Amino acid sequence: MASSVAVENLNPKVLKCEYAVRGEIVIHAQRLQQQLQNQPGSLPFHEILYCNIGNPQSLGQQPVTFFREVLALCDHPYLLQREEIKSLFSADSISRAKQILALIPGRATGAYSHSQGIKGLRDAIAAGITARDGFPANADDIFLTDGASPGVHLMMQLLIRNEKDGILVPIPQYPLYSASIALHGGALVPYYLNESTGWGLEISDVKKQLEDARSRGIDVRALVVINPGNPTGQVLAEENQYDIVKFCKNEGLVLLADEVYQENIYVDDKKFHSFKKIVRSLGYGEDLPLVSYQSVSKGYYGECGKRGGYMEITGFSAPVREQIYKISSVNLCSNITGQILASLVMNPPKAGDESYASYQAEKDRILTSLARRAKALEDAFNNLEGITCNKAEGAMYLFPRINLPQKAIDAANAANKAPDAFYALRLLESTGIVVVPGSGFGQVPGTWHFRCTILPQEEKIPAIISRFKVFHEAFMAEHRD
Amino acid sequence: MGRKALDYEELNENVKKVQYAVRGELYLRASELQKEGKRIIFTNVGNPHALGQKPLTFPRQVVALCQAPFLLDDPNVGLIFPADAIARAKHYLSMAPGGLGAYSDSRGIPGVRKEVAEFIQRRDGYPSDPELIYLTDGASKGVMQMLNAIIRNERDGILVPVPQYPLYSAAISLFGGSLVPYYLEEEANWGLDIVTTRQSVAAARSKGMTVRAMVIINPGNPTGQCLSEANIRELLNFCYQENLVLLADEVYQQNIYQDERPFISARKVLFDMGPPISREVQLISFHTVSKGYWGECGQRGGYFEMTNIPPKTVDEIYKVASIALSPNVPGQIFMGLMMNPPKPGDISYLKFATESKSILDSLRRRAQIMTDGFNSCQNVVCNFTEGAMYSFPQIRLPKRAIDTAKSAGKEPDVFYCLKLLEATGISTVPGSGFGQKEGVFHLRTTILPAEEDMPAIMSSFKKFNDSFMEQYQDYSRL
Repeated sequence: MASSVAVENLNPKVLKCEYAVRGEIVIHAQRLQQQLQNQPGSLPFHEILYCNIGNPQSLGQQPVTFFREVLALCDHPYLLQREEIKSLFSADSISRAKQILALIPGRATGAYSHSQGIKGLRDAIAAGITARDGFPANADDIFLTDGASPGVHLMMQLLIRNEKDGILVPIPQYPLYSASIALHGGALVPYYLNESTGWGLEISDVKKQLEDARSRGIDVRALVVINPGNPTGQVLAEENQYDIVKFCKNEGLVLLADEVYQENIYVDDKKFHSFKKIVRSLGYGEDLPLVSYQSVSKGYYGECGKRGGYMEITGFSAPVREQIYKISSVNLCSNITGQILASLVMNPPKAGDESYASYQAEKDRILTSLARRAKALEDAFNNLEGITCNKAEGAMYLFPRINLPQKAIDAANAANKAPDAFYALRLLESTGIVVVPGSGFGQVPGTWHFRCTILPQEEKIPAIISRFKVFHEAFMAEHRD
Repeated sequence: MGRKALDYEELNENVKKVQYAVRGELYLRASELQKEGKRIIFTNVGNPHALGQKPLTFPRQVVALCQAPFLLDDPNVGLIFPADAIARAKHYLSMAPGGLGAYSDSRGIPGVRKEVAEFIQRRDGYPSDPELIYLTDGASKGVMQMLNAIIRNERDGILVPVPQYPLYSAAISLFGGSLVPYYLEEEANWGLDIVTTRQSVAAARSKGMTVRAMVIINPGNPTGQCLSEANIRELLNFCYQENLVLLADEVYQQNIYQDERPFISARKVLFDMGPPISREVQLISFHTVSKGYWGECGQRGGYFEMTNIPPKTVDEIYKVASIALSPNVPGQIFMGLMMNPPKPGDISYLKFATESKSILDSLRRRAQIMTDGFNSCQNVVCNFTEGAMYSFPQIRLPKRAIDTAKSAGKEPDVFYCLKLLEATGISTVPGSGFGQKEGVFHLRTTILPAEEDMPAIMSSFKKFNDSFMEQYQDYSRL
């Protein structure tokens, strides 16, 4: 009896989609980690170092104390009745928790909320967006989601009707986009970022890709921009952003702005400008459909496990907004802790608040450390034979390019692996360092990269660099033409 | 510039087809009225804490400590947290490297999945494999993932009970599949008739459909019926013969209000039946922290367990789970605590048991109060709420009411529920949101309003219903 659910009869879109960030290399790393536990000393390294995923707290980054104080009090509001908490919690975390609970109907943090998220929290987020951009934001435009990713899926679901609907996606990209487009049965229309100009985005190239897609009968519906970039780390120049917005308006495209790394900027000559601000500065207002994504997983807060995030939608007609609301309502609501955290991230302690000094110190410590680690790893990669590495202006990753010798490429082909996957696997097996092959993100054909996070603790970085160097030199020597 | 990418006409048709009445027209109208200052009693969704049910103390203590581990370092922590909550927080923190702020394994924290497996083993008497248990952000996400994996195109049919919880119809619409209804028999206590179900499958197949899966909701939503062991055996045999995956929504397994039919899991019955069926029938079982006596809807904690699913399929399901990175960690801890609650002898046991019993006993009483209350109203007939959280009375609408509704462009039960809302502030969901037989009308309400408010609510309903029936009674009765 043929089983009803077997790989042969699964949804082909599920079979087609891929997600390398937790793909083959990572699964293998987990197996090796198990082996290290069961047979210590059986491998040439004593620990697996996960540099594959932007998961800061798994590698020792500490959460922001004020945020955790508020969340704990909201989780167990009974604490607010106890005198003892005054010695355990800062006064402003206590007052913030009280203020947040007052915004929640019945003070019930265990209840399903409004499907867009608790109104008072959306008001706080809207106020934060307004303060950030200098242009007003509206609570009704905000949809709180379990991380930013569900919001991306929702828009793909809305936009993609069939395989002829295309979405412009930067290459290299964070593979949520390619996976989501595959899952929804659409066409990914790539536009290549220019490695030689610091991963710059050329509108003329994007236009060329758009026209090419249209000539093939693809109806291009949206443009995805990731700013700061993942895996590439570039921060868009403001001029570039104006060009992108005008381009979307002229071509009738929805702009999907993934801005989850907005608080991860490591260079003084670049600033984060939200696309909302750019759109409003150009006076477009409600004329351009724009979805802006933010998350609690990145920045200096790094609260990945909470699954908090939101999308701000502007320039959408009422009937379309109703559809977005309707789809959101099927899942009822996002988790309340994540909602509260999103409101804290967009409305953190201010000068004058009791926790401000310690909050600011924690934030600075994390961000300056990230900047140092980005630089240290960038320099280290650039010092290796055959590797060039663009600066990580922002985000949490380096995306070095490896000039693999032909012999290595041949060995990879013989092993039936993409050359960068072959390299990454060998790196893992020699050093325990887990990176994601560039083919997982897309790259110009014939070029090879890998993505490595800047997240291991600072004191581990020298050892990582030296282990990497030893491996790489041996690998290049082994495969020298 | 001509048409824009996000003009309504250009949207994915599947999205437009989706309906989800639980937060649909009635709820939106109720929210509007609430903004205008009217007092609304929201009985549209199974959301216990929103209606005053208090969270259980122990899990909140544990999660608060996990949220702020610096508390554990403070010498005074024992003054405000019991020792077992402190120990349990440490236990979960040790299982979650990086604490609550790190993405976990995409399937959920292995230690928590082990607690789930152990619960299942204790409950059913059969071993359960943590590797085949995936934690999700609420059970709904798991249902969506499974249906998305199964549905290839509009010729793939999913057997769904009518009435059903409209997550199923919404998900099937969204993924472009076909809903194949099997009608529950209201006169037979919402029982399932295998003969008519088999006919539904045959009819679907004759239209060129491949029927892939069968959904059961036990205890039922909105109907509340609890399946007997014989029922479940019959169902499993049916799935075996018809080659269907069984999707067993068991989220209300703790909500049982009669003693004749205690909860028995589909998995237990499957294994009791022995080979070959126990090795062949593919089964996915769903559970959540949102219902039961926990009612922690806002945490978004759930799981699904896979039985007899081939390894390659499991790999694909894992792949899709990994795109979402990980379920939220606090929700996972709530699940662990629900699966592994305080035991007799633990410091917090007495309080935990008292809180739990009080909630369950009250739910049982409210189930009776509401059933009796509806049955005392003219033209209203209501099956007893054997389980779950809802009452689903049948309203025998007079013809004039039906005609008035239709000329107002409304489904008759929507018309009735809107009038009920405007007159009393009681916000329900019309039966058409769940599916019902042609010409038979219902509404769904929850049994969740506070017990002390119940008499007033039921008398308010009765008063409205009396006046509605008088207003629209058939002239032929005069």
